[in-house]
Amino acid sequence: MSHHVSSIREPLVQGHKSYHDITEDLVSPTERAPGMAWKVGFAISVSLLSFGVFCILWTIWHGIGTWNLNRTIGWGWDITNFVWWIGIGHAGTLISAILLLFRQKWRTGVNRAAEAMTIFAVICAALFPGIHVGRAWVVFYFFPYPNTRGPLWPNFNSPLLWDLFAISTYFIVSFLFWYTGLVPDFATVRDRAKGLRRKIYNVLSFGWTGSAKHWQRWESLCLILAGIATPLVLSVHTIVSFDFATSVIPGWHTTIFPPYFVAGAIFSGFAMVLTLMIVTRKVLHLEQYITIGHIESMNKVILVTGTIVGVAYLTELFVAWYSGYVYEQFAFFNRAVGPYWWAYFGMMFCNVVSPQIFWFRKMRRSVAVTFFISIVINIGMWFERFVIIGTTLARDYLPSSWSYYSPSWVEIGIFLGTLGIFFTLYLLFTRVAPVVAIAEIKSILKSAGDQYTGPDAVHSSTEHVEEQAHD
Amino acid sequence: MANNKDIIYGLYNDEEDLLRAVKQANSDHLEIMDVYTPFPVHGLDPLLGLTESRLHIAGFIYGLLGTLTAFLGMTWIFTKDWPIIFGGKPHWSLPAFIPIIFELTVLFSAIGMTVTFYIVNGLGPGVVNPTIDLRITDDKFCIAFDKSEVEASKAESFLRSSGAAEIHSKTI
Repeated sequence: MSHHVSSIREPLVQGHKSYHDITEDLVSPTERAPGMAWKVGFAISVSLLSFGVFCILWTIWHGIGTWNLNRTIGWGWDITNFVWWIGIGHAGTLISAILLLFRQKWRTGVNRAAEAMTIFAVICAALFPGIHVGRAWVVFYFFPYPNTRGPLWPNFNSPLLWDLFAISTYFIVSFLFWYTGLVPDFATVRDRAKGLRRKIYNVLSFGWTGSAKHWQRWESLCLILAGIATPLVLSVHTIVSFDFATSVIPGWHTTIFPPYFVAGAIFSGFAMVLTLMIVTRKVLHLEQYITIGHIESMNKVILVTGTIVGVAYLTELFVAWYSGYVYEQFAFFNRAVGPYWWAYFGMMFCNVVSPQIFWFRKMRRSVAVTFFISIVINIGMWFERFVIIGTTLARDYLPSSWSYYSPSWVEIGIFLGTLGIFFTLYLLFTRVAPVVAIAEIKSILKSAGDQYTGPDAVHSSTEHVEEQAHD
Repeated sequence: MANNKDIIYGLYNDEEDLLRAVKQANSDHLEIMDVYTPFPVHGLDPLLGLTESRLHIAGFIYGLLGTLTAFLGMTWIFTKDWPIIFGGKPHWSLPAFIPIIFELTVLFSAIGMTVTFYIVNGLGPGVVNPTIDLRITDDKFCIAFDKSEVEASKAESFLRSSGAAEIHSKTI
């Protein structure tokens, strides 16, 4: 609002919306009964969730022996899924924190849903370390608390413990950030509601009034949370990569892991945001708020991070060869032509080759192509984690213990279950909260609404800027 | 908010009308009780004489507290309470402490700041604040005067002349 907006910049809010139209469009999905698409999606998600819960109980009851892990391959689908979900959980905070600091206004269209997605993905991720330790009922031993066992403390030098701190912190900070953003929007929902619904939303909105001083503090809080969430989001996947990089396994023990994991996380997170947002905008008719321009911006991020990931893959190969270290060379040779060659080529194709299609503007702006590629990338990033974990472990130092691993039905069931948890929570979220940040969209309307900027502008933007200049 | 207040308020349709009106109120020396908006309006804080929020200072202090908790906690545990040798490394291996020190700094700072934010604003689950007008969270921008501070007739004529779309009186 306070600076000039180029007239060739694409409007972010279309359809000549007034402030009231924005409220109406974004709150009404929570007020009407869910449509058929939602009900079908919810039924499928809850079924998957239930099967996942069954498989988790099965694991706890019978033990980790129900998984197809063996003495050579101690990490399989569990840790692959863990890293995959944590990676997906990176886009939300990236969009809301880093893009806030960079003043990218297109974030307002997608930040709310992306943050929600982050929180749900972290829940799915945190499940796996919890159950893969075997004795899930003593998993609280992870936390350093004064206890009667000495007190005996966890090993603070261990990357696995760093991971616990990183993920707990990430979950809490993301949740606070997301909820603080939601409070004014819950107040908007509250003020349109009656009876019990009004009472519930009054509790959710914490009694928000919209006072000028509250808004000032709210903006200050959001900005600082963004400031500290930015290094946090980079630290989380860095620490996840330490789980591997600080070990002495060839193929894991590499200094490239932190930046490579962070780029991969952003890449897969944006892919999942696109998958979800393309469906959400269609089902809830939000095409005027999540525009083709938003999709194009996200596709540009996908192209950049996908290419960074590609460079990292090639750098790994080069360094393995250049190191002259035979075990490292074997690890990479084994990834490409060993028993899991199909996973390696799947990864290379999905993550490096497929996003290159986004060099073409026409492809970046095509909803169908974007949706398809986003799913390909989700699959590719899963393969990446499997290649790093499964392939590497299958061929260790001692050829007599070489082994092969494929998941049991329980492991597949738990993975499907986390998909169920994720989509169930997301579908509930779309019913309870406005999926686009109402107050933030209103605050960019004057600089990014299509009646003020772009080819369809009816108000002259220079007039508006001059007025501001007098302030 | 314990005592009831008689207020008179005007609703404006646009934030620029609101900013102009607040400027006019300042030049007329009218004491504004509060301004309510559906979203943060930039340029409003200096007109209302609001000083910059000190939340960031609080955030820094909480963060420092997190840093010290992690650093001193791990130092005490690994050198005094229960020293164990891990991988032949010194008990006090600072580089390995860095990730947890960083995480706790962020954690303490975020939780502390958020809690402080809700406490100083008087907001929280179960808080019921008086609603001045239901459309403030939708599309109306409100200037409210306390009738015990500003004469009602003066406030009304100001609201009328500054272009308020609606003028109401209320006891909250």
